[in-house]
Amino acid sequence: MPFIQVTILIFVGMTGTAVALTRNPVHQVIGLSFYGIILGLFFFILQAPDVALSQITIGAVVLPLMFMLALGKIRRQAQRKSSTDHPGNARGVQ
Amino acid sequence: MTITARRWLFGVCGAALFTIFILAVRELPQFGHYRGPYGDVLNRETVYERHVTDVVSAVNFDWRGIDTLGEESILFLSVVGTIVLLRTGDEEVQGKDNEDAGPNADIPLPSDATRVAALGLVGPLVVFGLYIVTHGHLSPGGGFQGGVVLATAPLLVYVAGALKTFKRIANHQFVEIMEALGIGGFLGIGFLGMARGAYLRNALPLGTTGHLFSGGTIFLLNVSTGAAVAAGMLSVMYAFLEHTIEVRLRSKA
Repeated sequence: MPFIQVTILIFVGMTGTAVALTRNPVHQVIGLSFYGIILGLFFFILQAPDVALSQITIGAVVLPLMFMLALGKIRRQAQRKSSTDHPGNARGVQ
Repeated sequence: MTITARRWLFGVCGAALFTIFILAVRELPQFGHYRGPYGDVLNRETVYERHVTDVVSAVNFDWRGIDTLGEESILFLSVVGTIVLLRTGDEEVQGKDNEDAGPNADIPLPSDATRVAALGLVGPLVVFGLYIVTHGHLSPGGGFQGGVVLATAPLLVYVAGALKTFKRIANHQFVEIMEALGIGGFLGIGFLGMARGAYLRNALPLGTTGHLFSGGTIFLLNVSTGAAVAAGMLSVMYAFLEHTIEVRLRSKA
């Protein structure tokens, strides 16, 4: 395997491990996006520009975006729930 | 099961899996050595038979068009599912929510630099997305990738803080019509092929290799996929953001 492929492959492994080891979901999503770009670059190096383009749009843009939107939605619902559970406390929390 | 028994079980299964894995990897072809005959045939014949220069697009939208129809249906169904799941009831938007508008209303407006950069990118992004969609049969790209690029353009409007404009774009009936035309167009173009004996067969004139309007149905299928993907992505984003937008718009008013 040529040097550049080995280098990118190692980067893919490193970023993938970093995503798996990250605990905070928001940070994890940022890492996932970065991993998506690196993986897209790897496909490009392997002369598959079509797949690389799909990987970058889906893996680096859409997937993290959907995670972000879902996390935002969950956080908002948790906030609403906690404010209805303790109505007296709600104003103070906000 | 005790911890010790579990560890033993894992140890035995793990060792077995590792052995099988090593045996399987040893049998793999060398890295980068392609052994199937199918790809070589396609590489040789596609340009002459279909007058397109991107073999991947020809595989996706012609040779294996039926698979892409399945993929597009999956996307459509997941979009519909997400929207149904996230649908905000009217009472939820207008009723008791006013009191906990706080967390969403507190989000500060984006900085001037963010707004200039985001709004400045919208135009180029739309053009780039249209380019990727319409040149799918000539260069890497196509309906799926270009559709996603197109859908991110309105999202930049949201990032720039122009919530009303984003709502006007994403909540427009045009988005739904585009989604329907995209899916229906793909199905309909498939029926064109029935005239020549099979569903999704390339039934239109192929044109000159390298020209924008060439490749027969491949071009049209790319465009309809682009429309469906862009509209679907935009609908999902709006379904996620609808509530936040409503609350923030009201708190500003």
